[in-house]
Amino acid sequence: MIRYIGKRLLLMLPVVIGVIFVVYLIMYLSPGDATTTILGTSWTPEGAEAIREQLGLNEPFFKQFFTYLFHFFQGDLGTSYITKEAVINQVRISFPNTALLVLISMTLAVAVSIPIGIRAAVKPNSFFSAFTTAFALVGIAAPGFWIALLLVLLFSVKLGWLHASGLETWKDAILPSIVLALSFMASISRMMRSSMIEALGMDYVRTARAKGVKKHRVIYRHALGNALLPPLTVIGSYIGEMLGGAVICETVFAIPGMGRLMVNAVLQKDTPSVLASVSIMAICVAIMSLITDLAYAFFDPRIKALYMRGGKSK
Amino acid sequence: MEEITNTNNALLEIEDLHIHFVSKVETVKAINGLNLVVHKGKTLGLVGETGAGKTTTALAILNMIAKPQGRIVAGRITLDGEDIFSKTEDQMEGIRGNTVSMIFQDPMTSLNPVMTVGDQIAEVLQIHKKLSKAAAAKEAQKMLETVGIPGARSVEYPHQFSGGMKQRVLIALGLACTPKLLIADEPTTALDVTIQAQVLELMKDLKDQMNMSMLMITHDLGIVAEVCDEVAVMYAGAIVESGTLEDIFDRKRHPYTEGLFNSLPDVNNRTQSLKPIGGQMPNPADLPQGCSFHPRCEYAMPKCSQEEPPMHRFSETHCAKCWLYENTDQCMLASQDYVPSQGVSE
Repeated sequence: MIRYIGKRLLLMLPVVIGVIFVVYLIMYLSPGDATTTILGTSWTPEGAEAIREQLGLNEPFFKQFFTYLFHFFQGDLGTSYITKEAVINQVRISFPNTALLVLISMTLAVAVSIPIGIRAAVKPNSFFSAFTTAFALVGIAAPGFWIALLLVLLFSVKLGWLHASGLETWKDAILPSIVLALSFMASISRMMRSSMIEALGMDYVRTARAKGVKKHRVIYRHALGNALLPPLTVIGSYIGEMLGGAVICETVFAIPGMGRLMVNAVLQKDTPSVLASVSIMAICVAIMSLITDLAYAFFDPRIKALYMRGGKSK
Repeated sequence: MEEITNTNNALLEIEDLHIHFVSKVETVKAINGLNLVVHKGKTLGLVGETGAGKTTTALAILNMIAKPQGRIVAGRITLDGEDIFSKTEDQMEGIRGNTVSMIFQDPMTSLNPVMTVGDQIAEVLQIHKKLSKAAAAKEAQKMLETVGIPGARSVEYPHQFSGGMKQRVLIALGLACTPKLLIADEPTTALDVTIQAQVLELMKDLKDQMNMSMLMITHDLGIVAEVCDEVAVMYAGAIVESGTLEDIFDRKRHPYTEGLFNSLPDVNNRTQSLKPIGGQMPNPADLPQGCSFHPRCEYAMPKCSQEEPPMHRFSETHCAKCWLYENTDQCMLASQDYVPSQGVSE
């Protein structure tokens, strides 16, 4: 098992390097000149040349790239072109906000959608089940920013209960988390429902009933133990998507997070900030998918056996 | 007189059972007036084609017909003196796995893949015998050893066992609480032939040891010859012929039973081509009038398509449902009765 984790961590390395390479290449090829961003109105040919020399922009592409990579893995993310501040400092402020937002949203999404999915599956012909299907459809179809604006309109403008922007108190996290969680709630509950319906029709559920196991226990021990596996896999990958969703959410609610850092950096062509935010997000996604796979092994002995065997033979 | 003693000796009695599955489109008549008796300490083989309603019958005994589509329209099932259909779900949970347990057809999918086999056996002991967790785990190991699996493997998961071993685990599960009736629903269909014999032998031995009755559901007449004392032949949700093993194998009377035997290859005459029963099982949503077998029956008479035949009794044990015997007890089939040269054939 430890060997497997080690192997997976090593495999993350090429993924992260690949992401950095692609972003670096895009920023390198995109039109515009870093010196105009840095110097702004005080631009002179001499000043620009000095900066190019200082940042190594006159070096060949691959030399620049590997120099950046070398610094990156030492924890040096460079200096922002705009704020002239170390990028790492911006990340230190932004990252906890995004992490908090995603954490709350995912907890909310899971806590709401799993029980909903189970209930809808246990009583597949009920009003409740039809209602959740409709809710899921709306949740998936409606764009997040639109729902965000509607909620702001209701709770901030009309009722005045919550702030429309910023992230100062815990109350400010309510609206963004709901917005971010909503579409995931919809897909997770739908997935949970179908996976549970499938599990309830399996032979081992019939075996359990034929043993005299109480209905409640048949549902929550025998069926659920198996039905949780497919939603579990997608929850991991949804965290990656949620980081993407956070970009929109943070923009709408003006939350100083990684998403906003990324968007502003791209708009201002602040290459070091773009590189830093994108690669940190990539690392997060890679770590989450590892955690998901490990959780899967924890719940499913068949997968665990696979990992154990793989770890021994390879 | 015989009838009465028979009845007293019965562990399971099914009387005039009718089960329909109702959907918006059609009503599927799965079971149509089924009568069945399993005697104490005996094994009854329930034989029939796929779709005859064998598994539905078994599930009805456990009162596990899927509602709301599945409806028990009429009939009574008495198990160990108790009327099954008058029980509440709570009471049924106390009976399932305890008085009666069932071994399902497909061992590959009938065990929960995320629970250890030990836990799955221990669970039934905790429920019915009220054992503590530790005691149940110990007892589960013993049960595994009874079916020839080392007790130490109780901590393993189903995927770590072969098909034959999984079926043994299911047998251990079914027998854990020493039920009075074991229903085995094609327990060897999913296994290869060498394992089949082992599993059947094991079931037979354990049945004798525990003094249970067994309802063996199968479409394999070889298995019937191997393990059963009595046989009931089922067609389109009803019994068409029933009797002792000898009655059915040596003195068969119903054309359908004859058809089943003709579908078997004859080892002594391998050049002879098989003679399967022509046609298909009738659609249970649209059963033919009269005898439900008449469209496929080579002995069919005009009467067969109009009126349902009554059950004709040949002896205390043997009866068949066919118009051929309206006025006679003589065999009317092309195949002749088997006359043993010495003793009874096995």
